[in-house]
Amino acid sequence: MADDLLVARGLVVSYGRHAGPAVLHGVDIHVGKGETVGIVGESGSGKTTLGRALLGLVKPATGSVVFDGNDITTLDERARRPLRRRMQMIFQDPMSSLNPRHTIGRILTEPVLLHGVARDRQTALALVYGVLDRVGLSRETVDRYSYELSGGQRQRVGIARAVVLRPDFVLADEIVSGLDVSTQAQVLRLLKELTGEMHLALAFISHDLSVVRSICQRVVVMREGRVVEEGPCERVFAAPQAAYTRMLIDAIPLPTVDPGWLTRGASVEATTTA
Amino acid sequence: MTAPRLSIEELSAISLRDGDRPILRRVALSVGTGEVHGLVGESGAGKSTIAKAILGIIPSQVKVTGGRIGFEGRDLLSLSAAELRAVLGRDIALVPQDPSTALNPSRRIDAQMTDGLRLKRGLAMKEARLRARALLEEVQIRDPDRVLVSYPHQLSGGMRQRVLIAAAFGLEPKLVIADEPTTALDVTVQKQILRLIRSLQERHGTSVLFVSHDLGVVAKICDRVTVLYMGKVVEQGATVEVLAAPRHAYTKALLAANPRYDRPDTGLEPTPPELIAALRAEIAAFDANAGTGPRDG
Repeated sequence: MADDLLVARGLVVSYGRHAGPAVLHGVDIHVGKGETVGIVGESGSGKTTLGRALLGLVKPATGSVVFDGNDITTLDERARRPLRRRMQMIFQDPMSSLNPRHTIGRILTEPVLLHGVARDRQTALALVYGVLDRVGLSRETVDRYSYELSGGQRQRVGIARAVVLRPDFVLADEIVSGLDVSTQAQVLRLLKELTGEMHLALAFISHDLSVVRSICQRVVVMREGRVVEEGPCERVFAAPQAAYTRMLIDAIPLPTVDPGWLTRGASVEATTTA
Repeated sequence: MTAPRLSIEELSAISLRDGDRPILRRVALSVGTGEVHGLVGESGAGKSTIAKAILGIIPSQVKVTGGRIGFEGRDLLSLSAAELRAVLGRDIALVPQDPSTALNPSRRIDAQMTDGLRLKRGLAMKEARLRARALLEEVQIRDPDRVLVSYPHQLSGGMRQRVLIAAAFGLEPKLVIADEPTTALDVTVQKQILRLIRSLQERHGTSVLFVSHDLGVVAKICDRVTVLYMGKVVEQGATVEVLAAPRHAYTKALLAANPRYDRPDTGLEPTPPELIAALRAEIAAFDANAGTGPRDG
């Protein structure tokens, strides 16, 4: 536990002015330095809300989020600002998270200057070129607009924007869900390499357990605002403890012909799903 | 084998907006009676264009340049709008991708389900309503009476997809086009929907053309599969053979790119650049040939 970078305890989050029904019911989660943790669950499980709480984008009703010794839920805006550079996010839909009126160059250099990672535009641009090289985009990309790029290229820009600030922690929320498998494989491989090279901690939110298995060391399974299971991927995928995890895994269609698969588990679902 | 229900021959199409770029390249595929046929490929492969061509809803910027779509002894491409309308809904039905946009948000489920039954099956309103209720029961909706008087927004995504499946199969069509019917659904709901489509299809002997980008889904529901790349069929055969022993390098690459929860370090192999170059060359050679060579078949 000494190596934990981010530790959340007892997170309760509800939306609305008059604290409606809770979306998270006391969630504990930790992410170690340089560790990749998958957060999986179906729609409504609270995984996106958990991600937002980890970054301090939603304020929990109770509970704490401690990043490198600082409880970000109690810090004011000014005190939180230096931590912002160190906690970055990659969004699900790069089309709507990249400003279509700004060039990619502007999108990538502005945060570098804003966070003081570089003092002047020229140094910032040099950093940006370095990152573009690393994520496999040509340097000419700086003059392009997001709508001129393919889905895979846009997601590389999203990754570049996060890592150019040399963060310690990155949250990735469903970042490959709209991509073809070969593009998905490129993005996953890149992300896996970057986390290794930069000793980056990554919280990887996904509805797709197979994708989580491919890049995460540990997995947290969520259901209806609670963690139902947590553990190393190897163990959870081979021998899930919770019935819900078992059902999720059994519902994943592997690309192998298995005539009994469709009807298997029908009775379990009837009792487990609402 | 008896004559196939659907027989697509040499279907070619171009994009008028994009310099007459070919988007379907002499596609040939057939779907037998009671067969579920998977149509797989990545975005831009032409899967949806084929589905749209069958349904007569080709967008204006796409032009079919050759081939035929044989169904029940007729070429769907040569039918008039009125003739096609008589076939659609009655003999060919669609299960769409996104259940949240396919239903009219301002009409109740009963109104939307009885439309087809009255117009295509000639039922009176009262009969149509009883039939709609029975259909909802057939797709394992436990409270059909509540669902009938609901608006789409009051139902979950899985429930909406069940309604659409009930509406499609309820017209007792010979062929169902299922266009990525589970892509928008959670994985546990997806499994239920796949099970439902398969059981309805088996019970009624319906032929299904199942469009999907997901080889896992195809493996679980399709008898045969056609793999498309840039509008060209690269591999076709029994699902069990294509997936266990793919012959084409592209099919192998697709399988290699697919992550698997049962094995570590999968899903990290993008299509190798050399393979993409080889595929492009294969397509270019095909186009050069198709433009000048004699038409075979």
